Amino acid sequence: MSDDTKKAVPYTVPIGPTHPALKEPVMFTFQMEGERILKADFAPGQAHRAIEWMGMRRNPVQIVHLTDRICGICGVSHTLSFARAVEQVMEIEVPERADYIRAIIAEFERIQSHILWAGVAAHELGYDTLLHLSWRVREFAMDVLELLTGNRVNYGIIQVGGVRRDITPDQHETIHNCLDYYSDLKAKLLQVFLEDKTIQMRCRDCGVLTHEEALKLCTVGPTARASGVKMDVRVDYPYAAYGDLEISPVLPDAYLGETRGDVYDRIVVRLLEVDQSVDLIRQCLDLIPAGDITWEAKIPKILSAFKKAHGEAIGRHEAPRGEVFHYVRMDGKEHPTTWKVKASSYSNLMSWIPMLEGEQIADIPIVVASIDPCLSCTDRVAIVRDGRRGIMTKEELTRLSVEKTRRLMR
Amino acid sequence: MSEARLTPEEIVEVFTREFGDGIREARITERREGSKKIANYNIWIDIDRDLFRPALEKLMEIHFPHLAVVSGSDLGDGLELLYHFTIYYGTRHGEYTVTFTVLLPKDDLRMPTITDLIPGALFTEREKQEMLGIEIVDIPDSRRLFLPEEFPEGVYPWRKDETGVPDHMVKDLWAVGRPANRPARPVVKKEEQGEVQAEGTTEAAVKGKKPSEEEEQRHE
Repeated sequence: MSDDTKKAVPYTVPIGPTHPALKEPVMFTFQMEGERILKADFAPGQAHRAIEWMGMRRNPVQIVHLTDRICGICGVSHTLSFARAVEQVMEIEVPERADYIRAIIAEFERIQSHILWAGVAAHELGYDTLLHLSWRVREFAMDVLELLTGNRVNYGIIQVGGVRRDITPDQHETIHNCLDYYSDLKAKLLQVFLEDKTIQMRCRDCGVLTHEEALKLCTVGPTARASGVKMDVRVDYPYAAYGDLEISPVLPDAYLGETRGDVYDRIVVRLLEVDQSVDLIRQCLDLIPAGDITWEAKIPKILSAFKKAHGEAIGRHEAPRGEVFHYVRMDGKEHPTTWKVKASSYSNLMSWIPMLEGEQIADIPIVVASIDPCLSCTDRVAIVRDGRRGIMTKEELTRLSVEKTRRLMR
Repeated sequence: MSEARLTPEEIVEVFTREFGDGIREARITERREGSKKIANYNIWIDIDRDLFRPALEKLMEIHFPHLAVVSGSDLGDGLELLYHFTIYYGTRHGEYTVTFTVLLPKDDLRMPTITDLIPGALFTEREKQEMLGIEIVDIPDSRRLFLPEEFPEGVYPWRKDETGVPDHMVKDLWAVGRPANRPARPVVKKEEQGEVQAEGTTEAAVKGKKPSEEEEQRHE
């Protein structure tokens, strides 16, 4: 082999922007030496939708429905954070009953999100039986969310000033059945995930994020807690009904006796948080006060209140993936002057670098998935054909799909 | 980390004592929700640009801060950057948010990096460069973050002046309607194909993108 055809070490392996091992678009570039990752780099934003830009040109009642769509899995988290920020700018009180309903929906969301993630993790390990079993048991939480909000995703339950639907007494039985179902399932879930030989071998001491790195990289949520950072917005920063509830952060050492900050610890934290959410919903159902569910039901009245609102505020919420943070500034106009959305994965993506470096190429999917990344799906496609690059917009894609269907029908 | 936890008032006092006139405004907001109405506290400190780094170092002496995000507003004459930190996380009901607000005049949009103190700040600093057109001095990685490669230089989406997104870049999907240059609708003979099936496919063709949207949401 001549010198110029010889591959120089390190060589570059690109993974992405879309790739079978990734669930969502992100572009990874790895410098490899054999099977080992020397350096990792990534480029997010393959699918930036400019939701903040859109929001700054809309009124908060419209934005509430945009926030539902920031993330399909944590649909209520962004809405809750945004609504809380706007409510503080407007200086309005949310009825206590609405605070409880918000917490109940948020915890059901956590149950389905964590079990969804557990299934994805199993899939990334090549354990598809467990993927299907996990997603089957997740359905009960989805059904209850549909019962309570009317939708499986994009719940549309939160409005500025409260919630749009009440939880009626006849729904309690179904909710309790669902909670009992997950309580009974806890031991089984822990057993199949944590006592499995393969999962232990693949996940123990793999993708390690130390306590110090987690702090310095501003990591949040289960990813931070799995590295031993005691941090949970629900516990530390009382809001909605969480100030009334008995809750403490889930840390891996309470279950395993030690914290290693590896993929295995992240599984432990998320599975235990499913059980924590069950407990929190039970507490909410016991404590939920009677009363109104919204500060003002008439949309025109809410809209006119926006025009009087001046000031800035922060809305935070512990989403399934960690802290969601919304900053809103309103200057007496219908639309906010500034709206900044900080999703949980925004804080967690940088922790990929220390997790991935030094690992094997085969572990990339599970390490990448272990922070439960939530990027964004796309409405545009980049194409490279005959050496030329171009972007296809939603309109062009629609036109092409119509043409193709027509062609097939001939 | 210090041993004793300071109250929000004491924290404001630490900064006003240390930086005096360099702090234009300092205030505390609180919010009480739920039945027990337990308060959470937000501290807002409006500070000179030159004093921001020393102030952050002071905050780090109190407790290693978690940087949530840096947000920014275009206020016309200048840009306001808001560094949102939280401290005392890990204490039940004890966490405060601390927001440092820094005003940058539009003819001098430079801000020192804080990545040497908090490496995780890189992500949000990169975003501020591309979205607001701020120059983060000494940033270790000045590549774009979210904006696509072909996005034009000198256009900053969060700006409300002439450097903001121009009208011709905005696509109003609601105004686009259905594609105008679509091929002719084929005539399906009822005898050849079952009526139900033929209607079903036409329906899918007209709605086109609906199934993929549902798919998107499920995958998010």
